[in-house]
Amino acid sequence: MFSTRNFNRSKPVLFILILFPSLLWAYQFVTGNLGVNPIEKLMDELGLMALRLIIITLMITTLSNIRPLKSIVVLRRMIGLFAFYYVCLHFSTYIVLDHFLDMQFIIQDIIKRPFITFGFISFLFLIPLASTSTNNMIKQLGFKLWKKIHYLIYPVAILASMHFYVLVRADKTEPVIYMGIIILLLLHRIFKRLTRPQLAQ
Amino acid sequence: MKILGSEITPYKTYLNRRKFIKGSLASAMLATITSSAFANHDSDLSIYTKNLNENDKLNSYEEITTYNNFYEFGTHKKHPHLNSGNFKPRPWTIKIDGLVKKPQTFDLEKILSNVTIEDRVYRLRCVEAWSMVIPWQGFQLSELIKMAEPLSSAKYVQFVTVFRPEEMPGQQKRTIIWPYREGLRMDEAMNPLTILATGLYGHEMPNQNGAPIRLVVPWKYGFKSIKSIVEIRFLDTQPETSWETLAPWEYGFYANVNPNVNHPRWSQGTERRIGEFKRRETLMFNGYEEEVAHLYKDLDLTKFY
Repeated sequence: MFSTRNFNRSKPVLFILILFPSLLWAYQFVTGNLGVNPIEKLMDELGLMALRLIIITLMITTLSNIRPLKSIVVLRRMIGLFAFYYVCLHFSTYIVLDHFLDMQFIIQDIIKRPFITFGFISFLFLIPLASTSTNNMIKQLGFKLWKKIHYLIYPVAILASMHFYVLVRADKTEPVIYMGIIILLLLHRIFKRLTRPQLAQ
Repeated sequence: MKILGSEITPYKTYLNRRKFIKGSLASAMLATITSSAFANHDSDLSIYTKNLNENDKLNSYEEITTYNNFYEFGTHKKHPHLNSGNFKPRPWTIKIDGLVKKPQTFDLEKILSNVTIEDRVYRLRCVEAWSMVIPWQGFQLSELIKMAEPLSSAKYVQFVTVFRPEEMPGQQKRTIIWPYREGLRMDEAMNPLTILATGLYGHEMPNQNGAPIRLVVPWKYGFKSIKSIVEIRFLDTQPETSWETLAPWEYGFYANVNPNVNHPRWSQGTERRIGEFKRRETLMFNGYEEEVAHLYKDLDLTKFY
């Protein structure tokens, strides 16, 4: 049985572990050690990290249904906010480094290319999640409304994995694995709702 | 012709120069351990740079040989460099068949002794919107076509890559339908810009770049420039090609570099030249409009992309 205290104690370590890759990539980028096409590499790494963190937040919710791991849910907010942090870095790399703030081009790109459309909508949906993440916000909105807003994580995860799936040219194994995990986690939630509706409230 | 190294080097001189460059590698490495192992490739750049456009700069040997799309060795850009060590490019033969006077198999050495190796510095534009400038050594495909003696009914040329899953780990997985196939219309194949390359920077073609012999068609997206060719077929109908078969809504048979025809995943209006920070405008036919635009004057390039 892991207590809330156990999980809370692991937070500082997790914080550094999850933050570290972004610092490393930034350092490698500045010192020219991110390979032959550093902007592409930076964007890919940041995006992949964001997608993995989004999936981890979904997993945490599912894991918290297992009795001894119930308190793991205290880690969810931090990881969710880190997902938003990596999405923001991913998006700013695209806007600033990849396209040098050429807004006309970027808007066209978002509209015309489905994979960018998916990614962009996913990013937009994450904004209300991140901005309502404080305890104060939960109180202000009421838990029911807050929870409804946070159902946005489902379209966020699906769109983000589609964004990755469409981007890959030939070997789609990795995006298919992510999509599979997301679908399983969602099916588990639907199943739980149908069988034990009182618990889902 | 811009950016076209038109210097003609007889094959023997080319071989000698290659030895010289190899020799200088050893001495360069002995002389200093601080300089990169690739420094020797840049020691005699004047051979390649004198025909460069003022906007273009050669990419380094390291850039050209560590950032590749060659799915036979894996789907990541670094995989071909990391996974191609067991590939054996010699001995090598090329089978010529289809609509030819006499189908036959040529030894690569025999082909090389009958052609003129030239330096050709070309821009390479990938469909993924990045580009490089590469100093190739090779010969005009038209020379091999003459040796093959195609019939007048031959209208297209198809190329096939070697299939050796034991040496090419990427082929153990069906990411695309192996072997890789590509094709050209006969007039595209005969165009003087179209070459079969056997080296770069004065070295034998590295495995990850398509050893021992590959196509280079500089006005088309990089995937047309098929690597490690073992078979060339002459046909009267348009051959099927690997990427077109896999995703026809994305990749066409022609695949001419064209900033005005969009791709669903990448805008083709701009590109990132490897080594540069800001994107640059993509040029029509990758800047070879003067040499090849006449081939397509009756073709709707938005339909035949």
